[in-house]
Amino acid sequence: MAKDWTLVIKPEKGLLDIDLKGIWRYRDLWYMYVRRDIVTVYKQTILGPLWFFIQPIFTTVMYMFVFGGLAGISTDGVPQPLFYLSGIMLWNYFSECFNGASNTFSANAGIFGKVYFPRLVVPLASLTSNLVKMLIQLLLFAAVYVYYVVIGGPVSINAAALLFPVLVLMLALHALSWGLVVSSLTSKYRDLRYLVGFGLQLFMYATPIIYPLSAAGDKFRWALELNPLTPIFEAFKYGFLGAGSLSWNGLIYSAVFMAVMLFFSVIIFNRVERNFMDTV
Amino acid sequence: MGDVAIQFDHVGKLYRLGLVGTGTLSHDLNRWWQTKVLHHEDPYLKVGETNDRAHKGNSDYVWALKDITFDVKEGEVVGIIGKNGAGKSTLLKLLSRVTSPTTGTIRARGRIASLLEVGTGFHGEMTGRENIFMNGSILGMTRAEINRKLDDIVEFAGVERYIDTPVKRYSSGMTVRLGFAVAAFLDPEILVVDEVLAVGDAEFQKKAIGKMQDVSSSEGRTVLFVSHNMGAIRNLCHRGIILEDGCLVGDGDVYEVVDRYLESSRQAVREGFDFGSRDVNGKKAYFEGFSIISGKGDEGNVISFSKGFDCELVVRSRSSVNITARVAVFDLSDNRIMAFDTADIGEIIHLSAGERKTLHCHVEEPLFIRPGHYKVNISIRQGGYLLDHIVGAASFEIEEEDFYGFGRFSSSDMPLVLRHHTWTTE
Repeated sequence: MAKDWTLVIKPEKGLLDIDLKGIWRYRDLWYMYVRRDIVTVYKQTILGPLWFFIQPIFTTVMYMFVFGGLAGISTDGVPQPLFYLSGIMLWNYFSECFNGASNTFSANAGIFGKVYFPRLVVPLASLTSNLVKMLIQLLLFAAVYVYYVVIGGPVSINAAALLFPVLVLMLALHALSWGLVVSSLTSKYRDLRYLVGFGLQLFMYATPIIYPLSAAGDKFRWALELNPLTPIFEAFKYGFLGAGSLSWNGLIYSAVFMAVMLFFSVIIFNRVERNFMDTV
Repeated sequence: MGDVAIQFDHVGKLYRLGLVGTGTLSHDLNRWWQTKVLHHEDPYLKVGETNDRAHKGNSDYVWALKDITFDVKEGEVVGIIGKNGAGKSTLLKLLSRVTSPTTGTIRARGRIASLLEVGTGFHGEMTGRENIFMNGSILGMTRAEINRKLDDIVEFAGVERYIDTPVKRYSSGMTVRLGFAVAAFLDPEILVVDEVLAVGDAEFQKKAIGKMQDVSSSEGRTVLFVSHNMGAIRNLCHRGIILEDGCLVGDGDVYEVVDRYLESSRQAVREGFDFGSRDVNGKKAYFEGFSIISGKGDEGNVISFSKGFDCELVVRSRSSVNITARVAVFDLSDNRIMAFDTADIGEIIHLSAGERKTLHCHVEEPLFIRPGHYKVNISIRQGGYLLDHIVGAASFEIEEEDFYGFGRFSSSDMPLVLRHHTWTTE
């Protein structure tokens, strides 16, 4: 019987068989998830959307006090608020995307057990809603930036700032691929969840966020350069603040690392997606 | 009707029993080594047993579904019945792609939507309206589609007033109604429904069954329906499928299949009630035995359709009491058909302490109720207060006979009560 089946469900499927068509068909669900993530943040709050600004402002002030003041870590001549704010903004984006993706299975077990839709919609929506949040925070960054330009502070923008969309995309895909791996593995091996919690925190200190790469002595510099996020943060600071460094080799290394991780994470995610409900 | 809409081709689903967690890594590595590297047969697939949960098996693996093969034609409404754990929900889960089969292939044509549980993915902080959009998109609708149907959905759910209130303020009934309403207005070619009718009040259940009937009959959609409610199955479906311990054991006309299923569940009742082994401590008066005595057949429990029957209740009391006794007859769907109570005819039985009495009950002929299987519950009361109560004290069969003198009719479409009657034409 040669029939025009629209759906064939088999025990095994191809390793890289991603349902892109399905994801496109469910684009409205993607949109709804993004909307939900953003709208529900300030439901029943007094300050509402202001919360998007409060967290980075307070964190910046605290970093200025602890790392800039007490510890006296250099910021490469960049005004402290701008230096910390840029790092916090990008890091928040990375870590929230990562958390969103790594909770894909555990946070949605209820829904996944009842209905089918392409599971990748959930982490993709989380990337998108976090992007919106980050762009809102970028306004804050811009405001502080303008302030320093007006008072004639030591800031200068250059052509490397045009790389911004690429840098954001790279951060998102790094977060996605790591998140998918963690999400897939925690659905069966719960131990990872505990590791990831503090692992992410430690990883922040292994990335040049509260300190410039130049402040790391020659002894540790190689280790920081192994971190695929380092070139992304450095390139951002180089483009917008004129500090840091733009390393094409570093960016290429980061991109290759990202592509390989993404490849494997999709394979793992695909496998787990099919039978996740039996193991959760 | 005509073309095949869904095809199950030797589908099986293996589940691992026990704790999934500790030791799974070594277990998984072993499995991976055996199958992918050594190209042996999967060592765990061979040892699977059928899913008879009452008996302890030798294996950690069971087949929740085993070798299921059937076709469903377009526009057919199929009821899937079976005891708890027979594999019904697993079957629907496979079809709705919540989990994937271990063996075999499922093929389908058209968009599949599943109503495995209503209100899936509701977010308490969001309003009813926002949740309609959220839930609708989870079920696969586009925003444009939902916009078009929004008014109908709100009206069907009956939540106009609350539509801009967060769902966390809804009563549980309202949440359920809203969830069902969203799902009911989906337009899939294939609809998979699992027990959604078990929720909501009577009025809403009626509405829901009505909507299901609309969907399946007038709109010519293929529906797979799982329920323990045989009435709903008979009403909605044309065809029935029985699952037992993960295997397909019956497939055919819905009336036939439902009868067969009820028949098999009757077997348990038929073994009779063991008066000897029950605990009667603390009962003032209690039953010591029950039998239907005027029946025919090996076990004395086959009753002629046009005759009556007699039964005997043996009662013992610990103290001096005045009691009334009741015999109630139920069909296999647990509808109460007849009841005979001494209280109704003003009879009160006195028992002195330690006394044992045998009560006779004579039911006059003719019975004239549908041939088939019935079961009997008995009870005794003291001034309305229940002293002893036995569910399924006995069962009997009413024998089919040539009622109208025009040959037998098939028992499946026989009404519950039959009467001789005449027709005249002018």
